[in-house]
Amino acid sequence: MSDDLALTDEDLEEPPVASHRLSAARFLDRTLVGRTVILTVIAIAVLTPPMYLGPSWMRVGSYVMIGAVGAIGLTLLTGQAGQLSLATPFFMLVGAISYCVLGSADKPGKVGYGWPTWLAMVGAVLIASLFGLAFAPVAGRVRGVYLGVATLALVYVGLYAGQRWTSLSGGTANGRLAPDLNLFGITFLHHDNREKRVWYLFLALTVLAYLMARGAVRSRPGRAWRAIRDNESAAAALGVSVKRVRSEAFAISSGYAGLAGVMTALWYRLMKPDESEFVGTYSIQVAIAFLAMILIGGLGSVGGAIAGSALVNGLPGAMTLWIGSNHLFGSGDTAVTPVIFTAYVYGTAVVLVVLFEPGGLAALGRRGYLWLHRSPLRPYLPPPKGN
Amino acid sequence: MSTFIQVAVNGLGKGAVYALLALGFVIIFKASGVLNFAHGSLVLLGGYVAVRTENHLHFLGSAILGVTAAAVGALVIERVLVARRPLADPISLALLTIGVDVVMSEEIIRRLGIEIPFLGKPYDGKPVHIGSITLFRTQLIALGVGAVLVGAFFLAFRFTGWGVAMRAQAENREAAALMGIRSGRVTAIAWVIAGVLAGVAVLFLATQDFSGAGLSRSTHAVALVAFPAAIIGGLDSTGGAIVGGAIVGLTESMSAQYISYDFSKIAVFIVMLAVLIVAPAGLFGTRERTRV
Repeated sequence: MSDDLALTDEDLEEPPVASHRLSAARFLDRTLVGRTVILTVIAIAVLTPPMYLGPSWMRVGSYVMIGAVGAIGLTLLTGQAGQLSLATPFFMLVGAISYCVLGSADKPGKVGYGWPTWLAMVGAVLIASLFGLAFAPVAGRVRGVYLGVATLALVYVGLYAGQRWTSLSGGTANGRLAPDLNLFGITFLHHDNREKRVWYLFLALTVLAYLMARGAVRSRPGRAWRAIRDNESAAAALGVSVKRVRSEAFAISSGYAGLAGVMTALWYRLMKPDESEFVGTYSIQVAIAFLAMILIGGLGSVGGAIAGSALVNGLPGAMTLWIGSNHLFGSGDTAVTPVIFTAYVYGTAVVLVVLFEPGGLAALGRRGYLWLHRSPLRPYLPPPKGN
Repeated sequence: MSTFIQVAVNGLGKGAVYALLALGFVIIFKASGVLNFAHGSLVLLGGYVAVRTENHLHFLGSAILGVTAAAVGALVIERVLVARRPLADPISLALLTIGVDVVMSEEIIRRLGIEIPFLGKPYDGKPVHIGSITLFRTQLIALGVGAVLVGAFFLAFRFTGWGVAMRAQAENREAAALMGIRSGRVTAIAWVIAGVLAGVAVLFLATQDFSGAGLSRSTHAVALVAFPAAIIGGLDSTGGAIVGGAIVGLTESMSAQYISYDFSKIAVFIVMLAVLIVAPAGLFGTRERTRV
């Protein structure tokens, strides 16, 4: 609607047809300038930090990008397709194990296929999405909060599998080393500038994940997801195969989680299954953190998922670095650590978002953009978009 | 055979505790249409207050205080947060309770620090021997208390004014409101009852007999095992919650005995998945029908 208003405004100011084309061209040109400026600022913001920030900050940033990839996958599933899922950590575990199994050499007690590691990475993502597809009998039929609890089952399955099949997972005591990613001669983990290289690698993966998700959201798959989210009967009447689309959304989201799992293994340089279902790298706590990310970012918003990850995954590390210690307030066993503080922050943020701004940070961003559009910058800004 | 009876009775005792929690989920779901992820925190809250007051009061006194705290906690969550968003979709509301849960459970666990206190001193770790059978006293008492509470709940649900109002509201919210049923009060009482049940459940959960784990994160995780109990029975079926609780309790103790302890955790969830594939809304839950 605001688009229409903007256009009529423009038309009123500009005289007849002949010069209209010119003004259209000028309009396009100006917004192109604006767009280039925005893109350049973003590029500088994400490409230059390795040049002036230390390795510990690099690690915080890379951790945020792991969360971003997983959260993008989850926001497609929960936000766009309306399927509540707590299974992200399970598919991360599947991705991480698959990467280690495919990419490392066979050793006694630890199965390995010794594939080139980039191929192992692709394979891990595919295996994770196949696992997601295998969940179709449940994902295609079970709805709403029932599905949420059903996916909780997968976290327990992952816990059990990690403990039990030690030839694959390495067991909860030792885990197994993540093989170094070798991208056509460029290595990442065994290098002096390891953290910087991992930053750029993760950045590339995050950008890829973002672009693919945005593409899906803006084209047919995204329309089908939103259709079944908003009204299944209407979607079915329009020719959307509801069961298939639900299963597909689940499989795609699982692939994203699988990639996040590979990234996690690379980040820790170790793949270690959890000992308990509630605390750990692939635990229920992580599932809840991912849900918090996408809700805070705005359900269904791809960019919002990244912002949510910056808060949920970034804050603990960043605070530890800022204050230079692990104790925020108090001392001893009951001290408030940055991790606990972050839990307070995102728990509260989730409550506030549901109560006051169901669209999350994405809605706040859109509102801010509309506000900018009322400023003299307007001719330089691309028109605001809906969802 | 005696092992089997032993495992079955102990399993039913666990099932009674799961049924109390599952009934709480169901009551809240019927009243507010939300799956209460903060239930585990209510369990922790009740347990925490009981532990902290135990030294000053008798066990019974501290237990009553704990149960009261859980009930008040539930009431506050409903009045201050959930009631403000009556029109939000179920997923948003579920996420809201997740947010509450994160803050509450982190705070209580932080306050506990490294101590992992146990509850239920009068009955914990004092097994009962009947012939060749050894039964956990905690599970037996849980079974008795559970039966009494569940019975009382069903009587109240069937015969009291609140019960009738609650059922009317669950059936048709608008018609109930037009008949003069005060939705806010009915819903608030439902949450209080669920809180009471959670507060009672923790008195058996945080014991040596039940889980071997004291009041800690794992108590909170055990509350999650009650999710399958509610789901198996059907989220809007009170009777289903009892059946679900029994199924979960028996599955857990049987698989721990005959397969392995590690497997018992996931056995419950596998049973739940199997039920969901056959009946996507649980055994006794209302199936969603769409009319075009």
